[in-house]
Amino acid sequence: MLEIEKLNKSYGPNRALTDVDLFVPKGVIFGLLGPNGAGKSTLIRIINQIIDADSGSIQIEGRKLSPSHISKIGYLPEERGLYKKMKVWDQMLYFARLKGLSQTEAKKRINHWLEKMDMGSWREKKVEDLSKGMAQKVQFISTILHEPALLILDEPFSGFDPVNAEIIKDQILELKQKGITVILSTHRMESVELLCDQVAMINKSRKILDGSIREVKNSFRPDIFHVSLEKVESPLPVSWKAVEEEGQWHFSKSLDGKTPNELLAELMTYGQVSRFQEQVPSMEEIFIHQVKSGEHE
Amino acid sequence: MNKIWLVIQREYLSRVKKKSFLLATLLTPLIFPAIMAIFIWIAVEEKENQALRIIEVVDENDLFFLESSEQYAFSFSSRSVDEAKDLVKNGDRYGFLYIPKINLEKPEGITYYGEENPNMNLISYLRSSLKKKIEDQRLFESGIDPEILSQIRTSVDVKAITLDEGGGERVSDATVNYAIGFIAGILIYMFIFIYGNQIMQGVIEEKSSRIVEILVSSLRPFQLMMGKIVGIAAVGLTQLLIWIVLIGTLTTLVTGILGMQMPQQQAMELAQGEMTQAVPDTEMGEILAVINGIDFVTLVASFVFYFLGGYLLYGALFAGIGSAVEAPSDAQQFMLPVTIPLIVAYMGLFVFVLQDPNSTTSFWLSIIPFTSPIAMMGRISYGVPFWELGLSMGLLILGFLGTTWLAAKIYRIGILMHGTKPSYKTLWRWIKSSY
Repeated sequence: MLEIEKLNKSYGPNRALTDVDLFVPKGVIFGLLGPNGAGKSTLIRIINQIIDADSGSIQIEGRKLSPSHISKIGYLPEERGLYKKMKVWDQMLYFARLKGLSQTEAKKRINHWLEKMDMGSWREKKVEDLSKGMAQKVQFISTILHEPALLILDEPFSGFDPVNAEIIKDQILELKQKGITVILSTHRMESVELLCDQVAMINKSRKILDGSIREVKNSFRPDIFHVSLEKVESPLPVSWKAVEEEGQWHFSKSLDGKTPNELLAELMTYGQVSRFQEQVPSMEEIFIHQVKSGEHE
Repeated sequence: MNKIWLVIQREYLSRVKKKSFLLATLLTPLIFPAIMAIFIWIAVEEKENQALRIIEVVDENDLFFLESSEQYAFSFSSRSVDEAKDLVKNGDRYGFLYIPKINLEKPEGITYYGEENPNMNLISYLRSSLKKKIEDQRLFESGIDPEILSQIRTSVDVKAITLDEGGGERVSDATVNYAIGFIAGILIYMFIFIYGNQIMQGVIEEKSSRIVEILVSSLRPFQLMMGKIVGIAAVGLTQLLIWIVLIGTLTTLVTGILGMQMPQQQAMELAQGEMTQAVPDTEMGEILAVINGIDFVTLVASFVFYFLGGYLLYGALFAGIGSAVEAPSDAQQFMLPVTIPLIVAYMGLFVFVLQDPNSTTSFWLSIIPFTSPIAMMGRISYGVPFWELGLSMGLLILGFLGTTWLAAKIYRIGILMHGTKPSYKTLWRWIKSSY
């Protein structure tokens, strides 16, 4: 769907993107992670053709990025807003038509969405009379009215209460079912784990990792297993720092070059293994770890 | 192109549909006829309700005579000053004019006493009557018959004829030309300021409410900026058109109605007119000739051209400024380079152009794009050589292309910049950078 190669961008002396490669397959939800100022927003703006890259190439569906792609991309920026004095209906119509929809088609779809989201009574309301959550819904619908093939959401859940965030999450999943590719840029790692199929992480203008959630997690396995033993017959080595609790011994054990099976075999010689679980890092932990190790460089 | 059109539509409709637009558009033209109507009404009322004011005159020279008017009657007597003052105090007389024995060569001590402050009309009437009498008397004493003098006095009227390049002649009149230049210049000045500010406010609104990032992901910043400028221009033109139609209709209507309500007044004017009829007739004729002499096609076409040209030139700058700041209050620091040439043009119109339309200063003011929209309108009704008009218009086109180019460079970066207050140095960096 989206192929980016060797993308570079700098603002004067500040590098925003350095040799960024990115491949986003069709129909996935792709998480774009990174701390503030890492270059995510710059990357998103370049894909949206708001600004130009210094060098590198971008292809969407095999064709070089061009103004004709504008109608295929839906973009919800992190910093977003609506015309306060404009009515919900007029506003949606304006955004939809700017994305190239005809008047009749736009009206049909707005009606459909207003019904679907239970917002029919809002159409004549001005944005300034809506609550923040309501305005965010209007904004979200405005982003997808033209049925983009690529949807770019920058912190889509900020400003939503949990109920509305859930509704938006369902909508995103529904769009994915329809084959739409979604790029989700966020700090909220729990939504990344829930929604994303693939992620890429950008720090200090460079992409530092990417892949499916499982691949990323695998590559960050600390190779540590959480173990519980029952009916321990021979005393456990002190270095294991095992803690006893109601006849069970709990501890964490590093593989130390062994395979998990070898470790398990060794453990079995001490007693009965009631738990043998690999420690899997959360995306949050990976995120923090990566950002921190970046700082030490 | 289609997208610019959408932006123009939105900018136009969202403003025209506003109640404040409707009010300003409908009420402003009502103000002029209303003020006129009030003045005429007050004048009529005053005339009708006025009692004749009698003024006691004590002339110790037995020389002066003051002609009574509708408002004032003069009663001559040889009362003592104190007696006359008492008459004023107890209300028998409106005022008292005391003329002591005077030296005609150096008249001193003429005094007016009254209960109220005398108005300017009365004082100037008294002054001019007395002055005339003294002058006549002195002429007489030096052996010149005032009769002969009045026969010698002649009224001179210089008819101005402008020779145009084609060898034709047309009657021109400084007053009519002055009025045309004055009104056209002020209209353009006001239009640029009011609607330029609207452009700036609109840009700031889109920037500060963060709509702009969504918009520029759908269309190019340049399209957005031009759509806004053109849309607001259309609002201004609509307003101007409505004003012209309304002011025209209302003025005709109001003067018509008041005219019917003032039969006596008109009758009076007619009666007075019998003696002086010849004069206003030729004056009217002259004004008509002058108006006929003006090339209206050129005038109207130039007005529309300079109106739009000036607006576009400055409108782009207003858009550029709006994009660089986050709140209207921050815009102040960048307004100076925009307001100064405008004010120079405005002042220049009164100080140079309307005084002497063909002076060197007037020429340059009407050629330089930043001042030409206002200054040229002050010259145009006096007749401007075609090469000058062509040069001025050509430069104005180049001028607004230039400011639009410059503003677009600032705009495309400025609208996405938040949290930093830019300086002129930053703006210059934006202009140079290829974002």
